[in-house]
Amino acid sequence: MCLAIPGKIIKKINPQEAEVLLGSIKKVVRIDLLPEVEVGDYVLIHAGYAISKINPSEAREISKAWEEIQS
Amino acid sequence: MKYYDEYYDKKLCQSIMKKIKGLTAEEMNIMEVCGTHTVSIFRAGIKNLLPKKIHLISGPGCPVCVTPISAIDHLIALARMEETIITTFGDMINVPGSSSSLKKEKARGADIRMIYSPYQALEVAQEFPQQKVILVGIGFETTIPLLANVVLEAEQKGLSNFYLLSLAKIMPPIIEELLQSQEVKIDGILGPGHVSAIIGSKPYQFIPEHYHIPCIIAGFEPVDILWAIYLLIQQKIKGIPLVENQYTRAVREEGNPVALALMNRVFIPVDSDWRGIGKVAASGLDLKPEFSQFNAHNFEVEVETTKEHTQCRCGEVLRGIITPLQCPLFQQVCTPENPIGACMVSSEGTCAAYYKYSNE
Repeated sequence: MCLAIPGKIIKKINPQEAEVLLGSIKKVVRIDLLPEVEVGDYVLIHAGYAISKINPSEAREISKAWEEIQS
Repeated sequence: MKYYDEYYDKKLCQSIMKKIKGLTAEEMNIMEVCGTHTVSIFRAGIKNLLPKKIHLISGPGCPVCVTPISAIDHLIALARMEETIITTFGDMINVPGSSSSLKKEKARGADIRMIYSPYQALEVAQEFPQQKVILVGIGFETTIPLLANVVLEAEQKGLSNFYLLSLAKIMPPIIEELLQSQEVKIDGILGPGHVSAIIGSKPYQFIPEHYHIPCIIAGFEPVDILWAIYLLIQQKIKGIPLVENQYTRAVREEGNPVALALMNRVFIPVDSDWRGIGKVAASGLDLKPEFSQFNAHNFEVEVETTKEHTQCRCGEVLRGIITPLQCPLFQQVCTPENPIGACMVSSEGTCAAYYKYSNE
């Protein structure tokens, strides 16, 4: 039930809705919980709502893991 | 897909697994409290690849599974009301109540519709103004702000035929309940990533502070989960338990302030019944009195007396005391086609996950 998948905001339709790209699928989602999102942002989408903005500067889980593995 | 595919990197997964195997840990029980984690762990085959000393135990994090039979019976009674439409997430429809289920009621003519987003309940309410439209409000903190948003929007739109039956539950009190009960020895908590995207990392501080065990907030892809397990084992070895956030791309310390404000505006904490666990203080949320016009709990309906299946061991599975393999009904009588307990119904249920993936 807590499934959420990453999508890219491609168009803000109004303050409540935006169009997102999920893989190759376009979908309209609610952005009430993330009013500050902009076109180009990646967000996590849960049950038709964007719930969290993916922070590119913090998306370092992969490189951190590699760094530690190689250390 | 960006922020998805790279977290399935096979080489990286193998390297992390090697690193885990290189750690000299004692026996360790790690509980994943989130049902979405349970499914990811099974799907990626992580359980079987880990060293034998590391045990992953599924917890009470599947909202469908923890909804008690009495709530299912209540829903069935609501579905039998005249001019009523029930809107619900799909899994709920198959959960057996004491003598019926929403699916059986649908077959008997009740108007029960499956939705994917709570927002669709509002659309149904607008489309059928003469009908009472009830949204089945199950979910944890990930979903609760969505329910709050829908209620506020119903108010704004002046909808008088929309109702929410809040069965919402929150995570920290149930984690505390499990740790306090000591029914199962838990040495580490795999923290629910998407609940944490809403509530942040602070509400878990009691885990290391009062119970001296580590909690790693984790994402849901294989790299995330493996890395979080590695961090948990490492913390156990060091003996300094902390709350650590592995899922930094999505979880901030403060969570999502807009979502939290919505939750607090619409809901108040209430004692809540959990299947197999019982009443846990302040572990559920219901609508505040000022939203009582939307509260489906206010309908006066006759609910049948709860009858639990005497052999179903869902409760012990949800508390992590037994695995589904120890239940006499599992696979024999209880299957996804003929579920006896909720843990076999929901795709996130521990029994359903064991059924689907354990025999591969």
